[in-house]
Amino acid sequence: MILLTRKAEFSASHYYWNEAWSAEENERVFGKCANKNGHGHNYTLEVTVAGEVDAASGFVVDLKQLKDVMEREVVGVYDHRHLNKEVSEFAKAIPTTENIAIAVWKRLEGKIPGAKLHRVRVYEMVDLFADYYGEP
Amino acid sequence: MKAYLSRRYRLSASHRLNTGAFTEDQNRTVYGKCNNPHGHGHNYVIEVTVGGPVNAETGMICDLGDLDACVRKEVVDRFDHTNLNLDPLFQDRVPTTENLCMEAYRLLAGAFSNAELVRVRVEETGNNSFEYPVNGLFAER
Repeated sequence: MILLTRKAEFSASHYYWNEAWSAEENERVFGKCANKNGHGHNYTLEVTVAGEVDAASGFVVDLKQLKDVMEREVVGVYDHRHLNKEVSEFAKAIPTTENIAIAVWKRLEGKIPGAKLHRVRVYEMVDLFADYYGEP
Repeated sequence: MKAYLSRRYRLSASHRLNTGAFTEDQNRTVYGKCNNPHGHGHNYVIEVTVGGPVNAETGMICDLGDLDACVRKEVVDRFDHTNLNLDPLFQDRVPTTENLCMEAYRLLAGAFSNAELVRVRVEETGNNSFEYPVNGLFAER
């Protein structure tokens, strides 16, 4: 088995807020991220797939197809959007880096021709990233 | 759903690789430039990974402020702008980055209980990095 990773970037705005809590509680837990006017990041997405190298093509996955799936399912939906207000999965789930990694996994799982999704890594910034491996 | 969160911290420190188990010649041969008696330094990156279920109310594995405070107290403030050879942890072991990585893991494992400490990875330079422990999904990267 071999792993292959492809990167993509998207820029989006978000804020952290739990409607079940008071404003004070949101501000205590989420700090600056609770500003309801939102703020933004340049996210880097790393998608890792696992599979066997095809004897004829030498590929574990067709990179063009992987790039197209990532663009269609994730980058095209998230890029230059307000995640809380414009992306359906974050109408309820708070768009933390952890939840974005899980949401990207759900968007990509089963849609990559010929390879198995192994890991989704989302960098909110260079020094902070979340990984999801599809674990329950 | 279990996810992993990684955060990178920076510290600068000096060290000298030298062991009483070797002769002066052996130390020079084994450690090369790193055996310079006056020491030398690095800008280290300490990458800390925690894992756990994502809390449904917060969307988080653990409070990032708590993690930051713990890593700063236990690791960054302890080693930043110091000579690693003088730290009590390195009286009986050489402050290689392997040993720094393992000691940072032990310090954090004993102090952080909000989430599972999965891994500590230390970059000594942009070309050298070390990880401990080697387990589970992270070892398959």
